[in-house]
Amino acid sequence: MNYVTQRLITFPLILLGVSVLVFVAIRLVPGDAITAMLGTEAGLLTPQQRLSLASYFGIDQPWPIQYWHWLTGLFRGDLGISVTYGKPVLDIILERFPLTLELAILSMIIALLVGIPAGIYAATHSEKPSDLIVRIVAMLGQSTPNFVVGLLIIYFLSVGFGVLPTLGSAASLWQDPLANLSQLIFPAITLGFAFAASVTRISRSAMLDVLRDDYVRTARAKGVPTRRTIWRHAFPNALIPVVTLCGVEFGYLLGGAVIVEQIFALPGLGRMVLDAISQRDYALVQGSVLFVALNFLIVNLLVDLAYVAIDPRIRLGGQ
Amino acid sequence: MEMLKAIARHPSGRIGGAIILIYIVIALCAAFGLTPYDPLKQFRIDRLMPPNGSYWMGTDLFGRDMTSRLMAGIGQSFVVAFVSVAFASVAGTVIGLLSAWLGRGWDATLMRLMDVLLAFPAILLALLIIAIAGPGTWTSIVAIAIVYTPIFARVVRGPALSIKSREYVDAARTFGSSQFYILTRHMLLNLVAPLTVQVTLALAWALLTEAALSFLGLGTQPPTPSLGLMLSDARNLMETAPWLLVFPAVTLMIGILGFNLFGDALRDILDPKTRRARA
Repeated sequence: MNYVTQRLITFPLILLGVSVLVFVAIRLVPGDAITAMLGTEAGLLTPQQRLSLASYFGIDQPWPIQYWHWLTGLFRGDLGISVTYGKPVLDIILERFPLTLELAILSMIIALLVGIPAGIYAATHSEKPSDLIVRIVAMLGQSTPNFVVGLLIIYFLSVGFGVLPTLGSAASLWQDPLANLSQLIFPAITLGFAFAASVTRISRSAMLDVLRDDYVRTARAKGVPTRRTIWRHAFPNALIPVVTLCGVEFGYLLGGAVIVEQIFALPGLGRMVLDAISQRDYALVQGSVLFVALNFLIVNLLVDLAYVAIDPRIRLGGQ
Repeated sequence: MEMLKAIARHPSGRIGGAIILIYIVIALCAAFGLTPYDPLKQFRIDRLMPPNGSYWMGTDLFGRDMTSRLMAGIGQSFVVAFVSVAFASVAGTVIGLLSAWLGRGWDATLMRLMDVLLAFPAILLALLIIAIAGPGTWTSIVAIAIVYTPIFARVVRGPALSIKSREYVDAARTFGSSQFYILTRHMLLNLVAPLTVQVTLALAWALLTEAALSFLGLGTQPPTPSLGLMLSDARNLMETAPWLLVFPAVTLMIGILGFNLFGDALRDILDPKTRRARA
């Protein structure tokens, strides 16, 4: 069986496994959703009211049946109804997701804009002091948790400039792009900081590998100018591992947004998941975690397929 | 012995190793109560003191000595990181080895299960586990261990598959070595190199995640000192008491840096491919 078919066959299987895991995990959470929703008022409910509420949210049936309803609902785009918001889960996710996606994309752009030039600079100045400095900074960047970066940014903004990044409700990218960007730029730097460091390290080592290859030596020997050798001959090949890294990291950016959204009080998907977990909103946690995992899986699948397109050796390998 | 010399020759191995050693000594001091003050004791008159002669790193909102709290916090972070990585590496190694050794259906099933776990962004999976078990030190240990197990399983399975088909394993089978002997003696010993690298990098990641979970209020619970919690407490006070932010932040960064540097050095030394790249 070749690699691509194998990947395509296992994809729905893994997704099914993810859905089972999420479903079971949520039901293992202690406490019930109705008490979580109504708080102390839940004590005032008559048993009948409690039952009818439970059947309204579909949590009165045995697990396998609940799972089956949920799974068949997924195919119709019905992820259930959120207990806390009283709205369909999919609507809430789609409301929150654009912000998180934008944050992830913005931080990826920042990481690439900083990381690739820094990595290439370090590789072409290998073992010189400037290379060492880039490497040290990248190593430090990789060792800094994103919430530390976020806190330090807020600290320097408030103490150094007396301004606070605008927190809370976000301006729409389409209606007010400037306000939106000024609001997201610092969270994006926070989220992209460690990522920029890993891009730097990967592109440096990839570039070093490529620069040692025979065709680069040939290009140099026949008198191609250095700048052209680097950008035209070496760079495209050094880019392959960077592309892979981006695919893998993108999922982590979506996940990492939990903390950054929390620090900057942004109403994104990550913060919503955090709130939904503490409020025991089964349907919402279930739906949103599955949603993030699905995105993660799709991105990884696309990266794998892109990799096959680039490198024919993998196509036949299987392992 | 030769390994130690190689690490000592490698610049980042030297620095990383030194940082880890110092941190372990600090953690041990804290464990045996060798801190300047009791990390939980509140000196109410000396609240929010900036760093000075008697409190080297100042005091927090409750008048607790920051130096002592940082030392205890390092200890707490290290316990969580080491225990969780120990669990993850053992579980992952067993799964990876069995998967490679048993092959076929077992391999497919175990690896697909690992793929399911890998389909979640790490922090999200950790949050899900904490939602089930409730916040706390042990929960974060379990959460970090579960998140990292599939990574170990993958790291082990690949090389294990290639070792399994070597002649010396065939030879051992023909003259009747037990499966357990082959698995531990021939396979596991040859996996020590990739495992060591992975363990060091996992420790860096575990330190970071422990801090992040505590920061979100889901890991270590107060009043136990924890670097993540201290940073979270510093949020509202950082304009008036920046030392509450700076010291835990720097302590955390340097600790993670130590493991990252050490892991990098190990990878350089043990991996022939990167050795070529450095030469």
